[in-house]
Amino acid sequence: MAGFLSALPGAASQGLIWGVMAVGVYITYKILDIADLTVDGSFCTGGAVFVVLFAGGVNVWAAMLAALLAGMLAGLATGLLHTVCGIPAILAGILTQLGLYTVNMAIMDFKSSVALPITQEDMLNKLLVSLRFVQGSKSGYPIWRHPVVVVGLMTAALIAILYWFFGTELGSALRATGSNQNMARAQGIDTNWSKVLGLVLSNGLVALSGALMCQYNGANNIDVGRGAIVIGLAAVVIGEVLFGKVFRNFALKLLAVSLGAIIYYVVITAVLKLGNLNANYLKLLTALVVAVFLTIPYWKGRYFSKPVKPAKKEGNPHA
Amino acid sequence: MLDVQNIRKTFNPGTVNEKTALAGVSLTLNDGDFVTVIGGNGAGKSTLLNAVAGVWPVDSGSISIGGADVTKLPEHKRAKYIGRVFQDPMMGTAATMQIEENMALAARRGRSRTLRPGITRDERERYRETLKILDLGLEDRLTSKVGLLSGGQRQALTLLMAALRKPDLLLLDEHTAALDPKTAAKVLAATERIVQKDHLTTLMITHNMRDAIVHGNRLIMMYEGRIALDIAGEDKKKLTVEQLLAKFGQATGSDEADDKLLLG
Repeated sequence: MAGFLSALPGAASQGLIWGVMAVGVYITYKILDIADLTVDGSFCTGGAVFVVLFAGGVNVWAAMLAALLAGMLAGLATGLLHTVCGIPAILAGILTQLGLYTVNMAIMDFKSSVALPITQEDMLNKLLVSLRFVQGSKSGYPIWRHPVVVVGLMTAALIAILYWFFGTELGSALRATGSNQNMARAQGIDTNWSKVLGLVLSNGLVALSGALMCQYNGANNIDVGRGAIVIGLAAVVIGEVLFGKVFRNFALKLLAVSLGAIIYYVVITAVLKLGNLNANYLKLLTALVVAVFLTIPYWKGRYFSKPVKPAKKEGNPHA
Repeated sequence: MLDVQNIRKTFNPGTVNEKTALAGVSLTLNDGDFVTVIGGNGAGKSTLLNAVAGVWPVDSGSISIGGADVTKLPEHKRAKYIGRVFQDPMMGTAATMQIEENMALAARRGRSRTLRPGITRDERERYRETLKILDLGLEDRLTSKVGLLSGGQRQALTLLMAALRKPDLLLLDEHTAALDPKTAAKVLAATERIVQKDHLTTLMITHNMRDAIVHGNRLIMMYEGRIALDIAGEDKKKLTVEQLLAKFGQATGSDEADDKLLLG
């Protein structure tokens, strides 16, 4: 139990970082109705670009920006494969993901793991987040450097920006594309362009999350993104199942995704710590958790639906 | 307003399912024409509308709207000129978005979409007023998700959206076919009001001969991918269902009309 409690701040931190990725997954999976498997590759791309640039002396924010742009490029590749080449979205994502393995290796100079120079105090202090900042006062780092605070603020800013964006004409066009492509085209929306834009935005956020995770871990590993899409889906689905009834506003829905990621990570940590399990159980656990949360809404609708009450008289009932 | 010249379309060419849906159709609509289109299953009515809307490219021929050649334009670019209502009430609106959001999307048909607000306060007020023409009480439900509306309400909303930005051409593809008779009559009445109000050039497919005769100033009947009958002006006003069937028989040498059209 003590092990779990002491792991809690770390779990929450990692959950928040995955949450940034999950918000990206939300854009494709919920808004555009595309299951985008690029994510597993672009997450690592973000970390790879960051680790190489930062270790090379580039400013931390510039390195983050570069990671974001690299992720956007990955999304662009999937988007073009899907729209220009007519490859089904899910397969287009798989193709990009596979190709990205080589790209990520190349970025990391064909090493499967590259560490950040965090043993140097001045380099460590330049990072935005790190596992070493988690211990708070014990480690001598001020509370405002705690990853929960830093990533929490970033998440808030991200949600604010996305809330604004999806309220604009362009954002509305994206939502319409995900809701009904026939309608979108009839209203003059270029649905292909909408999908590409959505994939670009989504993978940009995923890579940004990868860059944060790389800082947190102090290294980037070629396998870091494996199963990322499933974690993203877990966050989206947990957020929806737990908060869907209360959080109706779009900004709150995004918040639910972020909270879903934290809950997911805390639950996984609890299971691992309390059950004293090997960390290699993580993938199977994740798959099970997502399967269960995806099943709940389906079974609820299918086997436990309440009899439909007669509709209230509203306007003209015959219309 | 609409000028269709000798368009052809064959589906699945070179396979056992090869089907010539349009075998050289030419049609010219003047400004303000309200043309009703009838014909049996597979006569090419919907194919004609989809060809004009640009759902897929035609094999040959040309299409121009308001003087602009749109033959090569993709569907979303033609939307600048065209308002559309589909047969399936689910197809014309975005179910997961609010009524006002759907209208705001329609109000921007054919314009470039930028980072300006997707809907403004003035628009909301305007939409509330506009919705009153439908007489369905939707003006009080601006923020309801469209998915909560009935098929008839959605179809009426789609119709309103199609005319929100005055289109050069309004395409109605059996837009009352999926509705019960009472609702269909309401939507048809709303159609008449909206078309009259803005003096819209309209092409309306219907499966109902009476509707085809009552509405519009011109009637065309399609048969095997061609226009078999084209009746306008005084002739159209005096037309009866029996005459129409007789004329169709003369024009095509087929009595198919009796079975397929009356049952439709």
